[in-house]
Amino acid sequence: MRLNLVRRNVIKTFLVLTISVGALGWLLTGASPLPSDGFATLDSDATRGEAVFWAAGCASCHVAPGTEEADRPILAGGQSFASPFGTFHAPNISSDPVAGIGSWSVADLGNALLRGVSPKGQHYYPAFPYTAYTHMAPGDVADLHAYLLSLPASSTPSQAHDLGFPFNIRRSVGVWKWLYLRSDWVLQDAPTPELERGRYLVEALGHCAECHTPRTALGGLSQRDWMAGAPNPSGPGRIPAIHPKTLNWSVEEIAYYLETGFTPDFDSAGGHMARVVSNFARLPATDRLAVAAYLKALQ
Amino acid sequence: MKRFSFAVAVAAMGLIAVPALAQDFSGNVKARQGQFRILAINLGILGGMAKGEMPYDAATAQAAADSIAAVSMINQGPLWPQGSDNMSMEGTRALPAIWENQADLGAKWAALGEAAKGLQAAAGTDAAAIGAALGAVGGTCKACHDAYRAPES
Repeated sequence: MRLNLVRRNVIKTFLVLTISVGALGWLLTGASPLPSDGFATLDSDATRGEAVFWAAGCASCHVAPGTEEADRPILAGGQSFASPFGTFHAPNISSDPVAGIGSWSVADLGNALLRGVSPKGQHYYPAFPYTAYTHMAPGDVADLHAYLLSLPASSTPSQAHDLGFPFNIRRSVGVWKWLYLRSDWVLQDAPTPELERGRYLVEALGHCAECHTPRTALGGLSQRDWMAGAPNPSGPGRIPAIHPKTLNWSVEEIAYYLETGFTPDFDSAGGHMARVVSNFARLPATDRLAVAAYLKALQ
Repeated sequence: MKRFSFAVAVAAMGLIAVPALAQDFSGNVKARQGQFRILAINLGILGGMAKGEMPYDAATAQAAADSIAAVSMINQGPLWPQGSDNMSMEGTRALPAIWENQADLGAKWAALGEAAKGLQAAAGTDAAAIGAALGAVGGTCKACHDAYRAPES
C-alpha cells in the first residue's frame, strides 16, 4: 500500500517532468513569427529597396552559380555552401510565385529576415544570415519587398539541403536561435549618425561578421572575437581580420577598397569579397565611409 | 580588333591544357605573380593620382597605363601549367577552377586588356578621367578573382 503510493508518486513526478521538459522543448524549438500587423501600414518603394538589396548582398548568394554580374539579377538560387553540418543550397528568391517568393507578403519577408521563419512557420537554417537581418528596419523590409518583386522571375525549383541527423530536423534550429538570435548590437555605442549607419550596414544588412568572425562549435558567431578573422568556409585560406587591432588601413583606404576592390597597395579583392565590393560600389560614398568609421570604432 | 584580341587570349589560355612534364612550377608561379605585382605598382601610381594623394602628371600617368597595357598582352598560357593550382602546390592562391574554365579565363584576361586600353586613353586627360578608367580595370580584376582566386591563408 505504502509502496504503491510511493511508486505512484514517482510515476506522477516522472510524467509531470517529462511533459514539462517536452513542452519546454516544444516551445524552445517552435518558430516565433512577428505580430502579423507589423508591416501592414508601411509604404514601400522599389527604388529605395534597391539600395537595401545591394547593401544586404542578396544577389551574391541567390543568383545561380557562375552568373555574371547584372543590374537586375535573376535570383534563381542554386549556389552551395558547405559547412560542418552539411551542405546548404541557396533557394530561389526570384519573383516567381511558385518557385520563388512572388506570392509573399511584406510580413512573410519580414518573418524570414527578422525571425528566420518561413511563411509556413518553419525555421530557416542560419546559413541564411537572419541573425544579422534581425536588426533590419521594418521600412527597409517593405522597400526590399517591393524591389525583389520587381526583379525577373525564374521557375527553377529550389534544391533541398543535404544535412545529416540531427541537423536535418528543422525544429533543432529553435534551440540554436535561442542561443544565437540576439536583438542587441555588438557595437553598443554609436554616438553619431555616421556610426549608427555604419553599424546598420555592417551588423545588419552587410552581415560582414558571417565570414569575418569565427564561429563556436555550434556554428554561432563568437562575439568576443568580433571581426577577428575566420577560416574560409568555402575552401582553403582564411577570411582576414578587419578589426582595428589587425587592419591598419585608414578610413579612406577602407572606403576606396569597398568602392574599387583595390587594397592600399593595389592588390585586388578576391573570392566572395569581390562580389561584396561590387555590391558596395553601388551604394553612396557616405555609406562606404560609414562602414569604415564603424570598423575604426571597434575596440 | 576586339574580337581578334579575344580570340588570341582564348587561344593563349588553351595552351594551359598541354600537360606539363616538369613538376617544379615555382618559376611559372613567380612569373605570374610578378606580372600582377607590376600591375599593382602601376595601378598604385594611377590610383594615387585619382585619389589626389599624388599630383597629376601626364607623362607618369601615361607610362603607368602603358605598362599595365603591356602586361595585359603577355601570353598567359605558359605561366599557368596544369598542376600549379593551390590544391597541388604551396605558394599560390590559384583555384583549380581555372583549369576547368579556360575559355572563361581567356575572356576575362581579354577584358583586362580592353580596360587597360581605356586607361591608356584616359591617362593623358586628368585625374578624374583616370579614376573612372581605374574603376573599369578594377572590375576586371574582381571578375577574375571572384571565381578563380582563393582568400589569403
